[in-house]
Amino acid sequence: MFTNAGTSSFTTFLSRVAPEMLPGRRPLPPGMAADLAPHATTIVAIAAAEGVVMAGDRRATMGNLIAQRDIEKVHPADAYSLVGIAGTAGIGIELMRLFQVELEHYEKIEGAMLSLDGKANRLASMIRGNLGAAMQGLAVVPLFAGFDLAAADPARAGRIFSFDVTGGPYEETGYDAIGSGSLFAKSALKKRFRAGLSVEDATRLAVEALYDAADDDTATGGPDLTRRIYPVVMTATAEGTYRLTDAETATIAEGVVAGRMENPGG
Amino acid sequence: MAMQFYASPEQIMRDRSELARKGIARGRSAVVLSYSGGVLFVAENLSSALHKVSEIYDRIGFAAVGRYNEFENLRRAGVRMADLNGLSYDRRDVTGRALANAFAQTLGAIFTEQSKPFEVEICVAEVGATAAEDELYRLTYDGSVNDEPGRMAMGGQAEAITGVLKSNHRPDMSLGEAAKVAVQALSSVGGEGGAARTIAANQLEVAVLDRQRVGRTFRRITGAALTALLDGKAAPPASDLPDTPSVPTGEAGKPTSSAGSADLEDRPGQADS
Repeated sequence: MFTNAGTSSFTTFLSRVAPEMLPGRRPLPPGMAADLAPHATTIVAIAAAEGVVMAGDRRATMGNLIAQRDIEKVHPADAYSLVGIAGTAGIGIELMRLFQVELEHYEKIEGAMLSLDGKANRLASMIRGNLGAAMQGLAVVPLFAGFDLAAADPARAGRIFSFDVTGGPYEETGYDAIGSGSLFAKSALKKRFRAGLSVEDATRLAVEALYDAADDDTATGGPDLTRRIYPVVMTATAEGTYRLTDAETATIAEGVVAGRMENPGG
Repeated sequence: MAMQFYASPEQIMRDRSELARKGIARGRSAVVLSYSGGVLFVAENLSSALHKVSEIYDRIGFAAVGRYNEFENLRRAGVRMADLNGLSYDRRDVTGRALANAFAQTLGAIFTEQSKPFEVEICVAEVGATAAEDELYRLTYDGSVNDEPGRMAMGGQAEAITGVLKSNHRPDMSLGEAAKVAVQALSSVGGEGGAARTIAANQLEVAVLDRQRVGRTFRRITGAALTALLDGKAAPPASDLPDTPSVPTGEAGKPTSSAGSADLEDRPGQADS
């Protein structure tokens, strides 16, 4: 089964040899399953002058309970792109791992990386495959952002793609957010986003937006100063992807909280 | 009714071996050796697009000589198997030994069952924490597998090349020294009247599995970096991939969960020795 000349796509290969490993290929019993598993919440992404910034809060919820305080929802998809997940956490993490392998696999088989649009389309088709489960309440909606190595204008190399449960993808201009707190995060970003932000400013803005989301949405967690749990912030620039260290995010988050001590509205 | 000529099994196997050996001996050679910073692959290859050396997984590389379509088929199979196992279990559970076994089974089955054996010889190399822990597996056309002691040569006149490697190679060499030994070994054969010759940098395909990295350790050394390395000047482990996507790593020893790689050093992309 491995030696068939076949395809460069890992998911296509899986659908032939091990379809049970694809989240969308499992038979589900009828009925709603929405309250069965933890839900991951808010992710924001902001295009900056040198690339793109993505940040996610750390909370996963199950109904009125906090299922996990320190879940990580923002991950590198490959060397130049980031993926954040909202929705059913288990399926989201599985989908994200599968997407990472998909990109790496293509790169190894073909000896070249997929284009950024190619990556977004690939992710869209994987989301589409999960539509049946989504209709039973196990929806996963990712946010995808990356540095486009083929961009003509370096200032526009940071690009953001959003998706819906039927696939997508939709390219977003400037910023976007997904998850339960996205309404509030986007409202905050709408007023504060400016084109051509530096990565540092965009990082701070992302943490501010997550604070605003946590302020009004119970399913989004704010910076947890007592347990020292801060949002996950990652950047994708010409140098590749980078995850801010805990110390770096702590400094930013503490700055944001200190600002809100004086002006709770930000 | 036509009668089929009888050929003894010994004769059939001998004929197939001879066919495979001849095919392999016609091609240009490749060497693989451990050095202090990892595992070095050097292959003589006129094409810069059709690779003889490539990445299989985080710490596993692949080198082959012989017919391109045949070893490319095996390489793809290896990448698929590694990615499937890495996804089902964990990235640390993908090992060179398992891959070498799978290749051996495939090659062995093809040798006995099909009318024409694969005319290939391949090396599966896994970089370890120290040079002593590096694993080099040699797989031949008939599916036999050998664990090589830190260095190996494949292809035409492999024995002569191995002889030169054996007398010059030490596992504690730097990258620059190791590259020099590899090129010296490759160029020791094939000249006028069996004499040594010189091989230009653009006829060499060079890659390393970098011991210091976590995540994906495979890096190609091409262009100016390769020329500098062979001239014995600065020896940066540069690559054709834009350098070093840094990826979060909980601790240095733990492989990353992602498709990137990160240096153990603070500053990504810095030269090592």
